[in-house]
Amino acid sequence: MIPELGNFALIVALLMALTQSILPLAGAARNIPSWMSVARPAARAQSLFVAIAFACLAYSFLSNDFSVINVTQHSYSRLPAVYRFTATWGSHEGSLLLWTLILGLWTFAVTLFSRHLPDDMVARVIGVMGLVSCGLLLFMLLTSNPFLRMPMAPDGSDLNPLLQDPGMVIHPPILYMGYVGFSVAFAFALAALISGKLDASWARWSRPWTTAAWSFLTLGIMMGSWWAYYELGWGGWWFWDPTENASLMPWLVGTALIHSLAVTEKRGSFKAWTVLLAIAAFSLSLLGTFLVRSGVLSSVHSFASDPARGLFILAFLAVVIGGSLLLFAFRANQVGLGGRFALVSRESFLMANNILLLTACGSVLLGTLYPLFIDALGLGKISVGPPYFNSVFVPLVLPLLFLVGVGPLARWKQASVPDLVSRLKWGFAASVVVALLLPFTMGAWKPMVAVGYLSALWIVVGVAINVQSRLRSGAGWSANFYGMNLAHLGVAVTVIGITMVSAYESERNVRMIVGDTITLQGYTFRFNGVKHIDGPNYTAERGALEVTRNGNPVTILYPEKRTYLASGMPFSDSAINYGFTRDLYTALGEPLDGGAWSVRLFHKPFVVWIWIGAVLMALGGVLAISDRRYRAALRKQGRAVA
Amino acid sequence: MKKRHRNLLLIAVVVVALGAIAALVLNAFRSNLVFFFTPTQVVKGEAPRERTFRVGGLVEKGSLSREADGVTAHFRVTDTAQTIPVTYKGLLPDLFKEGKGVVAEGRLSGNGEFVADQVLAKHDENYMPPEAASALEQAQKAQKTLVSPEGKQ
Repeated sequence: MIPELGNFALIVALLMALTQSILPLAGAARNIPSWMSVARPAARAQSLFVAIAFACLAYSFLSNDFSVINVTQHSYSRLPAVYRFTATWGSHEGSLLLWTLILGLWTFAVTLFSRHLPDDMVARVIGVMGLVSCGLLLFMLLTSNPFLRMPMAPDGSDLNPLLQDPGMVIHPPILYMGYVGFSVAFAFALAALISGKLDASWARWSRPWTTAAWSFLTLGIMMGSWWAYYELGWGGWWFWDPTENASLMPWLVGTALIHSLAVTEKRGSFKAWTVLLAIAAFSLSLLGTFLVRSGVLSSVHSFASDPARGLFILAFLAVVIGGSLLLFAFRANQVGLGGRFALVSRESFLMANNILLLTACGSVLLGTLYPLFIDALGLGKISVGPPYFNSVFVPLVLPLLFLVGVGPLARWKQASVPDLVSRLKWGFAASVVVALLLPFTMGAWKPMVAVGYLSALWIVVGVAINVQSRLRSGAGWSANFYGMNLAHLGVAVTVIGITMVSAYESERNVRMIVGDTITLQGYTFRFNGVKHIDGPNYTAERGALEVTRNGNPVTILYPEKRTYLASGMPFSDSAINYGFTRDLYTALGEPLDGGAWSVRLFHKPFVVWIWIGAVLMALGGVLAISDRRYRAALRKQGRAVA
Repeated sequence: MKKRHRNLLLIAVVVVALGAIAALVLNAFRSNLVFFFTPTQVVKGEAPRERTFRVGGLVEKGSLSREADGVTAHFRVTDTAQTIPVTYKGLLPDLFKEGKGVVAEGRLSGNGEFVADQVLAKHDENYMPPEAASALEQAQKAQKTLVSPEGKQ
């Protein structure tokens, strides 16, 4: 009964989404206020019905309804309740429903926080978001229905052990909040193209939404990286895996977008460019979702095994990307060029920022899609690994980091080079000296470490000078300004983390029997043997590694080697001792003869800085959204009404 | 500087920068592509000698052995037609199993052994790495074409 209710709710939601898109868009085109006013109630009803469908699916999972195919394939009666809930979005179908639900949430938010916008703008933004909802709901109902039934199965085949982790409770929703959040920026861009009104106030409306989506995406990627670090047992924090690249590409373009929106708002320049970036950010989000969720990454043939699904995805992408680019081509010449600027100015620095970010995105896109194309064309199998991405990314990111330090200090329109030099020369000199000396504290001097430190310190110096001159000028609090600086500091922190862990991490793979000790970077690991334990849906051998430093106890780590009951899948659960300047990481390999085990030990200096930096970036975004001027129009209108 | 000159200079800077970036990306791309070979191709000598490549197939049953250090593993990868010996130093992934699909990335050593620096067995028990699947498929096709002239299936 409940699954049928969910299915019915999806159909109603599709009807609502059609209403939400057709009436308001037509109403805005013909200037019929009563049609435009349908936008808000229809959008709210649409998100309500999607939420009902989602609740029905979650209920089916929580109540172990093994007559639903989706539940049988991704859940298990002995799976703990919290993972039965997260299994709701553990499948292709369920994750699409989550995507649609979050699109509903963003649409709902737009209906709430758009009172200060002109009616036709609201109608168009909500209408465009409705069109996206239509596409996803159709896709779900036609090819990927999560509510399909079958004869009751005795039990499920369990959720992939990798996904049975607390991190997976919040990582996908947060990541999707980021992906889908760009739909708001996209809808604003299309609304502006349709209406032809693309001015500074448009950028001001679009900015907080874009920054919010970007902050979520930053946090989502950070959680994904952290999850891969502790869950996969390899101790890596970024693998250049296609699923990771799929989230990195919209992030890179989104980062370019929030910077170019700043220019559009402050100076009226980069308008057409900003619109194009908004389209690109959302298109890449869609592409990323489908790449990860359609199974096309593991094999292009899985795409062919379900032609309806593959065809729909391609058609949907073609309509969204092609349609919006076509609209752009027709309307971009009406947008205008905006203010002029000199060769050295805030604008030119931000333009360089955009070029570098987009090139980085392009190189990731090339490395991710090229193997798929070659395979699809039957030209053989190739892979593009971390060496490619690393050798491309480092030279692209270094100038970008330089710009992060100097860009915010440059004046709009025309900046004076001598002025910049005189403000930054002492800071630069100090950064160089410290960057050259700091690597000695780690024992071995390495050039890349000095370069990494220099980039990070340079950013810190830039932020410090910027904040100091603002304080001295007596200008008051600006959430936008301090948010930007906080985010830039976050970049510096992440850079230090990446530099240190790449240069100084150490790894040992060893055979250990009870009583064996291994010393790694001053930490002594003593293997105290393994013990058999029973988990809720798995059994495990749990190892105990006692860690001491100079004879003083540090911690005891308990890595596990699990076997899941339903699937029989083996799984290594790592054990980590986190620290501000180093992580100690252990994982069990396999049992060897004579009661010995193969054990993996890592010492990872400063690795948590990578994620702390990402959190600072996201917080910077949140701080910037709270800026008063995004609400100024709201208050003004409130007064007018009163 | 006149306005027009300044614009030209700006365009020149952007073009040069883009050209340099494109050269960098394409060069890195060309030198870091990792190609895939089946054991049959490796035995025939089609795989490169001085370059990293991937080989895939099934882990031959009964071929896995470990050295006394416990972490250096030897096994054979087969596409049912040919096998090649592989050495790997490190912990094998959870889903590495004899008789199951595997993909190894590394180089050929002088004595014909494949020295892997990465062994991939994917996240799902029933999932066959696509490269391994295609290696088996190719080997089967090759055998079929040998047999079919006699009209057998």
